[in-house]
Amino acid sequence: MSHAATHDQHDDHHGAPKNFFQRWCMSTNHKDIGTLYLIFALTMFFIGGSFAMVIRAELFKPGLQLVQPYFFNEMTTLHALVMIFGAIMPAFVGLGNWMIPLMVGAPDMALPRMNNLSFWILPFAFTLLLSTLFMPGGSAAGGWTMLPPLSLQSSSLAYTVFAIHLMGISSIMGAINIIATILNMRAPGMDLLKMPVFVWSWLITAFLLIAVMPVLAGAVTMLLTDKYFGTNFFNPGGGGDPVLYQHIFWFFGHPEVYIMILPAFGIISEVIPTFSRKPIFGYKAMVFAIASIAFLSFIVWAHHMFTVGLPLGADIFFMYATMLIAVPTGVKVFNWVSTMWGGSMTFETPMLFAISFVILFTIGGFSGLMLAMVPADFQYHDTYFVVAHFHYVLVTGALFAIISATYYWLPKWTGRMYSEFWGKVHFWNSVIWVNVLFFPQHFLGLAGMPRRVPDYNVAFANFNMISSIGGFLFGASQLIFLGVLIHCVFFSKKRAADRVWEGAKGLEWTVPSPAPHHTFDVPPVIHEGDLAHGHVND
Amino acid sequence: MTSGGIRRSFAAWAALALASFGGAAHAEPGPWQLNMTRGVTTWSQVPYDLNNITLGVCAGIGILVFGAMFIAMFRFRKSRGVVAETWSHNTTLEIVWTTIPVIILITLAYLATGGLTSWANTTGSQMTVKITGYQWKWRYDYISYLGKPINNVGFMSKLDALSNATRQLDSGMDPYAVKVGNENTYLRNVDKPLVVPVDTKIRFVITGGDVIHSWWVPQFGWKVDAIPGIVNAAWTDIKTPGTYRGQCGLLCGQDHGFMPIVVVAKSKADFAKWLATQEAQAAALAAAPVTQTAELPAPPAAGKQG
Amino acid sequence: MGQQHDAYFVPAKSYWPFVAAVVMFTTVFGAAHWLNAEPGDTGFGKTVLTIGFVGVLAMFFGWFRSVIRESLAGSYNSQVDTSFRMGMMWFIFSEVMFFGAFFGALFYIRMFSVPWLGGEGRGVLTHEFLWSHYAASWGADGGNGPQHVGGAFHTVAAWGLPLLNTLILLSSSVTVTIAHHALRAGHRGKILVFLGLTVLLGALFLNFQAHEYIEAYRELNLTLHSGVYGATFFLLTGFHGLHVTLGTIMLAVIWFRVLKGHFNKDHHFGFEAVAWYWHFVDVVWLALFMFVYIL
Ligand code: HEA
Ligand code: HEA
Ligand code: CUA
Ligand SMILES: [Cu+2]
Repeated sequence: MSHAATHDQHDDHHGAPKNFFQRWCMSTNHKDIGTLYLIFALTMFFIGGSFAMVIRAELFKPGLQLVQPYFFNEMTTLHALVMIFGAIMPAFVGLGNWMIPLMVGAPDMALPRMNNLSFWILPFAFTLLLSTLFMPGGSAAGGWTMLPPLSLQSSSLAYTVFAIHLMGISSIMGAINIIATILNMRAPGMDLLKMPVFVWSWLITAFLLIAVMPVLAGAVTMLLTDKYFGTNFFNPGGGGDPVLYQHIFWFFGHPEVYIMILPAFGIISEVIPTFSRKPIFGYKAMVFAIASIAFLSFIVWAHHMFTVGLPLGADIFFMYATMLIAVPTGVKVFNWVSTMWGGSMTFETPMLFAISFVILFTIGGFSGLMLAMVPADFQYHDTYFVVAHFHYVLVTGALFAIISATYYWLPKWTGRMYSEFWGKVHFWNSVIWVNVLFFPQHFLGLAGMPRRVPDYNVAFANFNMISSIGGFLFGASQLIFLGVLIHCVFFSKKRAADRVWEGAKGLEWTVPSPAPHHTFDVPPVIHEGDLAHGHVND
Repeated sequence: MTSGGIRRSFAAWAALALASFGGAAHAEPGPWQLNMTRGVTTWSQVPYDLNNITLGVCAGIGILVFGAMFIAMFRFRKSRGVVAETWSHNTTLEIVWTTIPVIILITLAYLATGGLTSWANTTGSQMTVKITGYQWKWRYDYISYLGKPINNVGFMSKLDALSNATRQLDSGMDPYAVKVGNENTYLRNVDKPLVVPVDTKIRFVITGGDVIHSWWVPQFGWKVDAIPGIVNAAWTDIKTPGTYRGQCGLLCGQDHGFMPIVVVAKSKADFAKWLATQEAQAAALAAAPVTQTAELPAPPAAGKQG
Repeated sequence: MGQQHDAYFVPAKSYWPFVAAVVMFTTVFGAAHWLNAEPGDTGFGKTVLTIGFVGVLAMFFGWFRSVIRESLAGSYNSQVDTSFRMGMMWFIFSEVMFFGAFFGALFYIRMFSVPWLGGEGRGVLTHEFLWSHYAASWGADGGNGPQHVGGAFHTVAAWGLPLLNTLILLSSSVTVTIAHHALRAGHRGKILVFLGLTVLLGALFLNFQAHEYIEAYRELNLTLHSGVYGATFFLLTGFHGLHVTLGTIMLAVIWFRVLKGHFNKDHHFGFEAVAWYWHFVDVVWLALFMFVYIL
């Protein structure tokens, strides 16, 4: 093969094109596409967050004050769908897009055009999803799990289902791209077991995505045919079973929640060693733990279904399998702590978010373990205890990791330092208010408040009000985040060094800040100090 | 504050904490309640104990892990001039902290499994009640009691009128004013409660009429989904007479939050009397020419939910 | 594999991905609108759907044309080739999981939900209280559930058309493999013959399947509406049929590309990708034949 010819192909070899449409809509550049993903995710986070604000405002005190119950349910449903598929997942894909090629010494993603398509599907998919809000029958309001027969009553089901199909296609293509990049585009010397943990976590996450997104597509397709084509998958009268949907959905749904946490584990495993100035403790165990969690995630789905009346043996099997996940997750937590132990720590904003991640995610994990116990789950199930659980793992878990990663790599992206002071203000506000927001929800759940209700008995009034106040302030704190980002990108005067953080290891810190439009046109020669793990010659 | 004042207020707080944490202090959820209810049935002790034990275990582990973290954050900071060490693994340690959680988990799993078989076992029950969830009310049909079938005793049970009026958007009514005696029953009261005897093993057969609902009375210690076309079973034996309230436990459309459950547990004698009146009424109704089927299961209200 | 790339390749900018997103959106928006159409609908949804669908075809044509051009210009090095291969492999894996959802549904229905409705296992009470007249069975009586949704029907006999179709698909796998060997050996005539045969066999399969569907609807009263039996039958075979259609079209495209001399002995990823896809479709059919028709 002639390689000389290959060079001619990139016309934009030395910088980004000036034309807006060419640069952003026709991009084959992993950095630009990564940026698009991140901006999109942030937008969706604000939209999903506004829906949450409606929820919290209505729940501020007993009695209906603001919205009709049906609208409330629309908010709950769309809040979750937007946050999961619009904010958290695209944010991780954006981070992967930006950082994986830099971390493994690749010039770009393996399949750059498909990469662009993966992104551009998303805005359209969410237009489709959110447009249902303005339709006469309203949007889907059966919860993000869309359980039939309830979800079949939605008059805009087709729009929702197709939007999910589109998101699925986007995620699958994104995941294929990441796998191909990691397996095929690494620079010579970047062996699999020398890759940064973040890259490992994404490799495994991508596998999960390809394995379960099609299953979700299948599940919602059956909803579609049950509603519009007269099939009877979920109708016992015709031999079907509504519980069948739940099995298929959660076969997707449980791995899905790990899809939202494994890249976060990867991020934390980058940030903590950097600011502890000490290599990650037990690198191989960390990788192995991620793989074990991914494996186990396929055999625990029915822990969301303990109350549907499964055979006893199934309940017990799924309980045991679920509890097992605490072991590899524990290994990760302990290894993070050990990484900090004996280090030389500083506490810049990324590190603060990472530390609070470890603590608060673990609290969320603990409540997860409590939920895994079948008898106790008979009580917890579908109460605010579950809501508290998953917000601890999703907000103080996934979201905090994303915020941490943003602060961590922002100087590399923009070439400027963000304001450390305002970063810390953002952190302290977030960490305090998020606990005010979600901790009382444990109590509400234990006391017996069901989830997905727009109104409640006065016994639940106190904690709901506290939670709502926390919610408003947590939401408002995110405006600080927005401010810090805008300031850093457009106004900051402070230039970032190439190796932004003193203790940072890895190839991404060997390229200039801001990272040039094209990096690694030829495979880099890796030096000892560049590797985050392992040695150059072994 | 004087030291005595501190001690006193500490004692007061501790008492409050204990009261709200002990759960048993209230039969129904109260303001500031922190923990799960202990419940009033044989089974309900199981989730309650398990909840407390697991919570304790997690708190213990949390203290150790977070404690170690805080010590690390305090001792190993650059500002104290610490130089980072370079080690990055320790096989013994790693084995230890894989094994210990396994042991803890096995213990917890053992505790969680015990009792489940008895929960799943509905044989030997002395009474059967069929529960059907509708959008947005419950239907109760008495099937049999003490080995005898019961005919035509069954009724719909839906949100009480006062709560229903109060809960409308912009009703201008005060949720705090919805009371039965001293108890605030806003959204937790119905027009016609389910009446059952105490000290009786009652089997519930639970199904749904339109979409999936979930029948949940926290005092009984479980919830079970009411799935259209499928019947689930569960049982309970209530120890103390009283009124026990719960709510639909699974999103079932717009008024999911407004289909409470109220169970009145009577002494066996009182229950027998109540049942006799109901049967008499049913018989009278059956004898009369059937002009309208007032209390028969209404077809599910179709409408926009979803 | 990755050894000898002294320079990386990054493809030029392209508007096709963006176009693809637009036409995909147009298609599903049209489809959703059409499905939701009220009685007095003007057919807006159908129009949009058609536009979107034509757009998708045009997009595929345009996108692939540019890729083929670049490939012919020798722009793609071995690393790009490997990326394409991985892409195709993982895409097929995702398809496997998609079918997995429907097979999973089939197994669940046959092993659990139908027997339970008939009173087995944990279905005792369900049977007693709701469906006491129902004797669970699969196939003609019982496969459509306790309410006999869709009315009495007959099943398609496995040893008629389906068997023929199995043989057809199996031989098409053989012919495509012969064509592949011929390609490696550089016998163009042989490739064209055997690849052409594969296309014809694919078309034949589709033809028979269409017959089968028509017969099912007209004579057997086996429809999508025939309870879970009809639902699983048509969704599984339908999605498979869709994949055969796609595969056949792809094979036909490859046939033209062979005719135009696009491939050589060691550079024919396009051919291989389609061959893999064809084998995948074949394997799914075998599973279908086994679990849908025979058992
Ligand atoms: C990022 C997302 C995420 C993550 C990581 C998890 C992690 C876990 N989840 Fe969670 N979960 C959700 C998101 C997530 N979950 C969501 C969204 C729902 C609700 C869905 C819906 O209904 O809408 C849910 C619901 C849910 C349920 C169903 C509840 C119900 O509806 O009744 C259960 C039940 O088992 C459960 C369990 C667990 C467990 C055991 C873990 C474990 O992985 C946690 C493991 C971690 C630890 C245990 C802490 C660290 C470990 C140590 C320090 C070691 C030592 C510890 C011990 C030995 C105890 N989750
Ligand atoms: C990754 C996912 C994710 C994230 C990040 C969040 C974030 C938040 N969630 Fe959500 N949530 C889910 C996933 C997530 N959630 C899921 C899966 C469900 C279950 C749905 C179901 O039952 O089907 C759920 C359900 C759920 C409920 C239960 C609803 C119900 O059962 O009826 C509640 C209630 O408090 C809630 C609240 C919040 C709040 C306050 C935030 C906050 O963290 C949001 C903060 C962000 C902002 C507020 C936006 C940014 C700021 C502005 C727009 C500025 C303007 C605002 C102010 C000035 C106040 N969420
Ligand atoms: Cu009925 Cu919720
Ligand atoms: Cu789960």
